[in-house]
Amino acid sequence: MAVQTAPATSAGQKLRKIKVLVNGAAHEVEVEPRTLLVHFLRENLGMTGTHIGCDTTNCGACTVLLNGRPVKSCTLFAVQADQASVATVEGLEKDGKLHPVQEGFHQEHGLQCGFCTPGMMMTAAALITANADPSELEIRQAISGNLCRCTGYVNIVKSIQYAARTQRETAGGKAQDGR
Amino acid sequence: MAVEIGGIGQSVKRKEDARFIRGRGNYVDDLKLPGMLYMDIARSPYAHARIKSIDTSKALAIPGVLAVITGKDLVPLKLAWMPTLMSDKQMVLPTDTVLYQAQEVAAVVATERYIAADGVAAIEVDYEPLPVVVDPIKALQPGATIVREDREQKDNHIWHWEVGDKAGTDKAFKDADVVVKQDIYIPRIHVSSIETCGMVASFDKVEGKLTVWMTTQAPHAIRTVIALVAGHLGLSEERIRVISPDIGGGFGGKVPVYPGYVLAIGASVLTGHPVKWIEDRSENIQADSFARDYHITAELAAKKDGTMQALRVKTIADHGAFDAAANPSKYPAGLFHIITGSYPFAKSFVEVDGAYTNKPPGGIAYRCSFRVTEAAFTIERLVDVLAHEIKKDPAELRLQNFIPPQAFPYKSSLGWEYDSGNYAGALKLAMDKIGYPELRKEQIEKRKKGELMGIGISSFTEIVGAGPSKHFDILGIKMFDSCEIRVHPTGKAMVRLGVKSQGQGHETTFAQIVAEELGLPVGDIAVEEGDTDTAPYGLGTYASRSTPVAGGATAIAARKIREKAKLIAAHLLEASPDDIEWKNYKFQVKGVPAKSKTMQEIAFAAYTNHPQGMEAGLEAVDYYDPPNLTFPFGSYICVVDIDRGTGEVKIRRFVAVDDCGTIINPMIVEGQIHGGLTMGLAPALYEQINYDENGNIQGGSFMDYLLPTAMETPSWETAKTTTPSPHHPIGAKGVGESATVGAPAAIANAVVDALAHLGVRHIDIPITPWKVQQILKAKGVAE
Amino acid sequence: MIPASFDYQVANDVAHAIQLLASSGGEGKVLAGGQSLIPLMKFRLAQPGFLVDINRVSGLSAIRENGELRIGALIREADLEANPIVRQRYPIIADTAAVVADPLVRNLATLGGNLAHADPANDHPATMLALRATVVVQGPNGERVIPIDEFFVDTFTTALASDEILIQIRIPKPAARSGGAYLKLERKVGDFAIAGVAAAVTLDERGWISAASIGLTNVGPTAIRAQRAEKLLFGQSADDKTLAAAGAAAAAESQPVSDLRGPADYKRDMVRVLTQRALRKAIARATGGA
Repeated sequence: MAVQTAPATSAGQKLRKIKVLVNGAAHEVEVEPRTLLVHFLRENLGMTGTHIGCDTTNCGACTVLLNGRPVKSCTLFAVQADQASVATVEGLEKDGKLHPVQEGFHQEHGLQCGFCTPGMMMTAAALITANADPSELEIRQAISGNLCRCTGYVNIVKSIQYAARTQRETAGGKAQDGR
Repeated sequence: MAVEIGGIGQSVKRKEDARFIRGRGNYVDDLKLPGMLYMDIARSPYAHARIKSIDTSKALAIPGVLAVITGKDLVPLKLAWMPTLMSDKQMVLPTDTVLYQAQEVAAVVATERYIAADGVAAIEVDYEPLPVVVDPIKALQPGATIVREDREQKDNHIWHWEVGDKAGTDKAFKDADVVVKQDIYIPRIHVSSIETCGMVASFDKVEGKLTVWMTTQAPHAIRTVIALVAGHLGLSEERIRVISPDIGGGFGGKVPVYPGYVLAIGASVLTGHPVKWIEDRSENIQADSFARDYHITAELAAKKDGTMQALRVKTIADHGAFDAAANPSKYPAGLFHIITGSYPFAKSFVEVDGAYTNKPPGGIAYRCSFRVTEAAFTIERLVDVLAHEIKKDPAELRLQNFIPPQAFPYKSSLGWEYDSGNYAGALKLAMDKIGYPELRKEQIEKRKKGELMGIGISSFTEIVGAGPSKHFDILGIKMFDSCEIRVHPTGKAMVRLGVKSQGQGHETTFAQIVAEELGLPVGDIAVEEGDTDTAPYGLGTYASRSTPVAGGATAIAARKIREKAKLIAAHLLEASPDDIEWKNYKFQVKGVPAKSKTMQEIAFAAYTNHPQGMEAGLEAVDYYDPPNLTFPFGSYICVVDIDRGTGEVKIRRFVAVDDCGTIINPMIVEGQIHGGLTMGLAPALYEQINYDENGNIQGGSFMDYLLPTAMETPSWETAKTTTPSPHHPIGAKGVGESATVGAPAAIANAVVDALAHLGVRHIDIPITPWKVQQILKAKGVAE
Repeated sequence: MIPASFDYQVANDVAHAIQLLASSGGEGKVLAGGQSLIPLMKFRLAQPGFLVDINRVSGLSAIRENGELRIGALIREADLEANPIVRQRYPIIADTAAVVADPLVRNLATLGGNLAHADPANDHPATMLALRATVVVQGPNGERVIPIDEFFVDTFTTALASDEILIQIRIPKPAARSGGAYLKLERKVGDFAIAGVAAAVTLDERGWISAASIGLTNVGPTAIRAQRAEKLLFGQSADDKTLAAAGAAAAAESQPVSDLRGPADYKRDMVRVLTQRALRKAIARATGGA
């Protein structure tokens, strides 16, 4: 059984140049149209924080923010994100300071194996941006597209409540300072 | 002081979180090596077929496809078959016949992931379909299609296994006042951890060294298996390194050796490049180890007042096409004979027959403690059947029968010696928390109005911590486990374990054991697992064995260190070792707290000022052979309301009282229980893997394999009792699987309880809305 | 989970999109939200040679009410669900948008795609049938307005030609004392319907039913208008007996098949149950309740 030699270049597939802002940094890359956004992030950009957990758009492990909205990056082509802004888990921490969602997941034990966690946190981050004080039901509805096998969701809900509370307190503090 | 140390009993926040919350976990698919190639697998659409030809030419014509491996290529390498953990053998790739749908048929190796997928799509296989057998009962009947033509024995019977006193049990049944009998089918389910299986295999031709990064729960066992299976290819165990990095959930699904792993290693040896194989979710569900698939007939004999006397169980176990269940070798039905549960049956008898069918292999992969889920479900269902038969309250019947606390250690009639238990304590606490008497009153009122609510109890006994070397081995390797601790001069410690976390928080909990034993802050203790080049030999993490076994090794290794530290303390304090005591996490001269030394001071002295004649350094290793298994237990109570129009079951409340002995980290234990309960809810109401009569899987993706979301999952309520294990060095029993073991019966019992007044006595799981609605219609109470 | 290769172009406007489709030799497919198309492509069940990305076409996602409600086809389900006009005056549409797949999919999935893809399991077709909507499509020969009753031809087949694009959905102005509701029974949140029922009613001054329309989801090769059930309701008082009769009639008009979402008998019976529940909710909304 022989092993063939690899071609010198990636032949045949027509590439398209896209420019995507990821966590605030611009990336200009040539990709095949069929390259899924999740593979673009993980393989082209080497940002492996976003994970793949299924092949039928069910699990949400691949959730990123596209122009601020949580979407499943396995069900989008990278070319669709041309000129768009993408936020991934790697961008949550800013200047060494954890995002309230990251703080919440750590304080409230909202993760175990960590595999669903990036996607879960991106959904949570978008939720508390849109809704500063979500109810438990609103939280469960918001994360209903993100599957977790380890935690049973109870502590994920608590983590997000923690994050929302922290965000409100920080905002409240800022408002006071600003007066 | 305990709080500052972060020792046992503290809810220390997890050390491993730091990388996961930043998206900096190191999972197998995150790894990228220079020159790495990608492998993808072509699979059979048929459950049973002869392969007439495999045409790889179109695949090989795709630029970037470097090789296609088929069964023929593996034959000269003696790799077409491999041994299973149950002394059967399993195909890596078929040479002439496929035996289940989604079986691996060919592997494509390419320069890019997408090209490997194109290669798989271009493989053309000409199949000749053969008759299919999917029903294990039919498979065991004479004249059934033979699944395994490679065996000498030409039938589909794998083994017969039995335990207990058959004659005595039969007599007890003959003489009993009351006998209840129930057929119970527990369908196939699939563990579906959010990360699928995969490997990066890298063979260095020059050094003759193989390194694999693998989604495995048992890296050392894998290393030895590779050495045994592929030793003839020049792979030698000291030059095989298995690295189990961060694992996105295991639950038993990452214990077996799947053909994809062997093929990835083969591909790396063949091409001289690292090869990455990551399976898709559909492949994972359709081909990787399933769980359950037990056809059970269970009978319980009792006095007319409900005193339980005898238990008799017969099971047909559907093992698929190969017996590749990951059981300890002497137990083909795992620990199923824990089935006497929390009750003292004077006589009992259990027999299990394994059958081959044209389905994927497996059996032990879904947080099940080696068939304990099946056992607990059966006994707890049967107890409720008895309760309804003699019209006794199910809680009262259990309390009447429980093995009492003073009976421990308790020897069951099926041979287990339970270490400790307080079953009534757990049930009473659960009843108190849920308000049991009020719920029964409410049920009476609701029934008058035609509303359907049910209360279900599950008072399970678990059995974990495999296991004592006398009885437990995997492929001959005894099931000890290990811990190696090294304390550095500056008082920091490095701990390496033979087990491997897939989310259970070992970097925190095992550090807590060492913190407690050595008085070092938990933040100063690093825990490493999973690299066979550095970790001491262990059997890995599954069946809730890490705390009972490796936890024992950790405590004992730490105590060995403390023994030596005591001598160094005596030397530093210029006292006799007999005058030194360990108090408040320090060594002090007895009765003189002012004359003390911290472990940090001792550690420094171990390298700079140790007594003459003593070896320098401060380290120890322990290989712990547990004297017995441990027996966590609990009582769960579930309240359901049934929609009379749709048949939907809504869980109103679920209270879980668990007893896992000494609790190392209450926060982590609670998290384990939440997760376990959710994996008990799933098979009770949502998940099943079925096949049609042609062996086609009915729903082989997350579209139809229904993992519960946050919307289906109730807000679990947990509580605890603490009954330490008398034989365990820190009294801990382990907890990872308890909730998955105990929950399904609580839910099923609740639904049946809601309908018991209509004459319903059993419903097989998963309890789908249409199953319920069909019953409602038959009983004339549907909306 | 890797799609086959394809060519790809971004359409600048509707005319450009139509031109791209028309010149694709039948290989072209519209890419809007992609939440139905891309999953099919990942399993290579669909292998279009050419995708026309219409996501940059402006003006296709507006919602405007001027007598009738006009919804741009490219509107994302999440935006549809959150739109104040929809929530206040057409809550049946908000009901429907809220149960399409899951919240993440809804950030990309479009109303136009949900209708044009014509999966009998999709939720909006039944609702649009119940609302007696019309759809506006554009092609090389200009614009057409198609009544919804003519739009769903067969499973995955609509009245759209391969070079036409759905651009707008129009909902007639609601009459006084009218209300609608969509109920979906699913195995779990995020799934397709076991069965779904969209019911819209108009009541007269007595509170009796002066108009009714009922759409059924996933119990036939396309969404179904339960016409006999509708006729049974016309001119009747909205009492339990009437609603039960309507439920039974709708059930008889459904054509479910047994599959992993349940036996056909069960689905048929769920049409009966859900029709009554949806009607009750529609009636409550028509009388000013929630």
